[in-house]
Formats: sequence, C-alpha cells, structure tokens
Amino acid sequence: MSSEIRKIIAEHAHLSVDVDSLADDANLYQAGMTSHASVNLMLALEDAFDIEFPDSMLTRSVFESVAAIEAALTQLQAAAA
Amino acid sequence: MSVAVEADQAFLDAIRRIADEAAAPNADSVDREARFPVEAVDALRAERALSALIPTELGGGGISFEAVAQACFELGRRCGASAMVFAMHQIQVATIVRHLDGSDWFEGYLRSVADEQRLIASVTSEVGTGGDMARSIAAVEPNGDGLGRFEKQAPTVSYGHHADDLLTTLRRSPDAEPGDQVCVLTSRDQHALEPTGTWDPLGMRGTCSPGNVVRAEFPLEQVLSAPFAQQMNESMVPISHVLWSQLWLGIATDAFDRARAFVRAAAKRTPGETPPSAIRLSELMSELSLLRAEVATGLRDFCDVPEDDRARLSEMKTILRFNNLKIAASEQAPRVCQKAMAVCGIVGFKNDTPFSVGRHLRDTMSACLMVANERIHKTDATLLLIAKDV
Ligand SMILES: Cc1cc2nc3c(=O)[nH]c(=O)nc-3n(C[C@H](O)[C@H](O)[C@H](O)COP(=O)(O)OP(=O)(O)OC[C@H]3O[C@@H](n4cnc5c(N)ncnc54)[C@H](O)[C@@H]3O)c2cc1C
Repeated sequence: MSSEIRKIIAEHAHLSVDVDSLADDANLYQAGMTSHASVNLMLALEDAFDIEFPDSMLTRSVFESVAAIEAALTQLQAAAA
Repeated sequence: MSVAVEADQAFLDAIRRIADEAAAPNADSVDREARFPVEAVDALRAERALSALIPTELGGGGISFEAVAQACFELGRRCGASAMVFAMHQIQVATIVRHLDGSDWFEGYLRSVADEQRLIASVTSEVGTGGDMARSIAAVEPNGDGLGRFEKQAPTVSYGHHADDLLTTLRRSPDAEPGDQVCVLTSRDQHALEPTGTWDPLGMRGTCSPGNVVRAEFPLEQVLSAPFAQQMNESMVPISHVLWSQLWLGIATDAFDRARAFVRAAAKRTPGETPPSAIRLSELMSELSLLRAEVATGLRDFCDVPEDDRARLSEMKTILRFNNLKIAASEQAPRVCQKAMAVCGIVGFKNDTPFSVGRHLRDTMSACLMVANERIHKTDATLLLIAKDV
C-alpha cells in the first residue's frame, strides 16, 4: 500500500523534494505540501482506494506522512470489510 | 452563584463601565485624529482586563471565553477601534495559553502579562503573502548562543508602537518551507519597528496600523514550539473570527440604536403619526437580527468544542464553519450600518450629530479586508471539494 500511496503523493502533493527520499514518517507539510495540495491528495486517495474519508479524518494530521495516510486507509478498509 | 460566574459578571460590569466612561467619550477624537485609544486601554489595564483569559494559577483573571467575547461586543458598541485592540490582544493571549505546551518560559511570560498588564500586538501578515497567514517568507535565523533573529516586512501592524510585546509568525528556520511556521514572542527591548508608511485609513483609525519592518533578536526559548499550523487551526483563526464578529456586531448594534433614537425623536415631533422612517427601522432590525443570529451561533459552536477535543477545530467542516462566520459577519455588519444611515438621513451622514453613523460604517468596512474575504472563499472552495457533512 505504501508504494501506491507514494505514487499518489508524487502526483498530487507538489513536494519540493522527491517523495522517495522521504521516510514513511517524514512530515509532508514540512516537505512543502500546501493545504490546497493536500486536498487534491485526499481526492486522489479516495479515488484510488475507493473509500471516503469521513469528516473526522479530514484534518491536517491524518495526511501528514506516508505512515499516517497508510494507517488511516487501513482503518477505513478494516471498517468496510 | 458560582465563583466563576461571579467573576465573569464583575468583569463584564467593569467592561461596560469602561466602554461608557473611557471608550465612548473618546471615540470621535480617536477616529478623527487616528490616535491610539489610550484612555480605554489604560482603563482596561487598571481593571486587569488584559489578563482576563489567563488562568488564575498564572495570576490571570480566569474569565470565561464567552465573557471575553461579550466584552468585545460591549466595547464595539462604544468605540470600534478600542474593541479591535482589545480583541486582537485577547487573540494573542488565548493562542499562547492554549499552546504553551508546558513551556516554563511561556508560563513565566503569562505571569508577567498578568502582573504588568502587558499589551501584545501581532505580526502575521507579510509583504509578499498578504493575508495568507499560513505562509511566511521571513524566517527564524540562528544567531549563536541560543539566540535567534529575524527581519520581517509587515504591511499592517496594529498598535505595534504602543504594545509591550509582539507575536510574530516566521518560517521555522532559513531552509524551512513557507508553510513550516512557528510563532515568536518578543518584547519591546528585543525588537525594533521601522515604519514604512503612515496610517490614514478609511476606518478602524484608532488601531494605528502602519506598515513596519520588524527586526528582533531573542533567546530561542521564546519560540512557541508547536507547529503554527496547529495553533492557527485550533486557536488563532477561529478565535479571531469569533471575537472580530462580536465587535462588528457591537458596532452595528450601536448604529441600529442611533437609528432607533432618530425615529423615536421624529415620532415625538408628530404625535399620533408613525414617521415614514419607522418602516425602514423595522427593515433594519431584521437585517441586524440575521447578524446577531450568526454571531451568537458562531460563539456557541466554538464554546461547544470541549477543551480536551480541540483537534476537532482542525477538521475541515469546522474550519468552514468559522470561515463562514467571518465572511457573513463582515458583509452583514457594514450593510446594517449603511441601512442605519438611510434611516437617519443627513443627520446620520454628518459626523457631529447624536445620530452620526459614518464612523460605524467606515469601521465595519474594514471587516471584509481584514484577511480578504476572496482569499477565505478560495480556501473554502477547496475544502468544499472534500468535506462531507458541512
Ligand atoms: C484594521 C486592520 C488591522 C490589521 N491589523 C493587523 C495586524 O495587527 N497584524 C497583521 O499581521 N495584520 C493586520 N492586518 C492585515 C490583515 O490581516 C490582512 O493581512 C491584510 O489586510 C491583507 O492585505 P491585502 O489586502 O493587501 O492582501 P491580500 O490578502 O493579498 O489581498 C489583496 C487583494 O487580492 C485579493 N486576493 C488575495 N488572495 C486572493 C485569492 N486567493 N483569490 C482571490 N482574490 C484574492 C483580495 O481580495 C484583495 O483584493 C490588519 C488589517 C486591517 C484592515
């Protein structure tokens, strides 16, 4: 899942560095992701994983790193299963 | 009555007295001369109102947020500029109280705000990013020996030259991204303000808000370490929108009261006949009631978020909620003032009658650019793409 997330980040987050140079827990906002870009990332994740983030998950911290995004997706997929 | 409720009531009694006795009599000269409302601020200091939101353990008043919001409304009814200075100071205090994260330095600092009734101004906007608080250009630069320094081009610094301290947003370090920000508190002996222009605006003249180059050198413990994005979403932005909207409502309410006094005077001159302006007053009241409703629900929605669940304030639906409070109140307040002027006619337009509402109209016209509504709409438009149950 992590590699798929990284691919979507590379396309949508507009980082100032290569996402593959970042650790799973590196902060994406500190790597240059703006709030605007983060919304595009969320939309792309919803599309790619066929899920919907509920309002309670639509906060900055849920999308702040590859690991945080993976945890959120895992939680949503477990709830759906 | 509980101790807390009594403290709130005593605080609000003092605020109403200050509004009537110190703010109101000077409101016209503050406006005409674009001078700092020194009488009202001195009176607020004497009542220890500048530390109202600081917990009693740190020497503050321990006053509730609702009571401070009500105080903004009461001051706004008498002098918009005094209310804005009070509100902006309380926004800085609340942000520090809510995000000091156990910092010894900031706890000591809050004690000194309470002891010395220190006044805090804010330097968030910047030449080059405008009202986009979420990005900075200037950065904290390490200066050796645990010191940092910065130089920031600030387009608007309200009462900067009258404040004891400044709260400034900056990039965390010289190589940090524009959105990777922190807040730094500096005192008068650590910073210098070099004015880059004058302050002769249309309204809110008493806030004394010219542009400045701000330069400072300070110990690094004066950096509030939590990421500014969190402070902004959980405190600074929603609290600004709630307190500003209260004072804009206060100004609009006084404009309505003046229009009502005008209609009553007209009715007395023609007993038995309803003056034509009475219908317009009734229309005005329905406009005011829309503003009241939004401002009151905005405050309640903010207070409904429990202290231990502040993260909820950074959910997109909540950000949208408080952005909409700002947009609605900033558009409705000047509308009410303009309609009040239409009720009063020429005596409302003139600056020297008991029914003058020119200052009210001009002061509330600043609301839509105090962080441009277009900018907020653009943010909201993006959030609406993903938020669900708004
Ligand atoms: C009375 C008063 C007191 C103030 N006090 C302080 C203070 O103490 N400290 C402080 O830091 N700041 C203060 N400000 C500044 C304020 O908070 C804003 O930052 C500032 O007014 C923004 O400046 P601007 O309008 O030139 O810039 P911008 O926000 O850049 O706006 C310029 C123009 O561009 C438009 N625009 C901008 N972005 C967009 C967008 N994304 N989409 C569409 N249109 C857009 C706007 O509508 C506007 O017409 C104060 C402002 C006022 C009115």
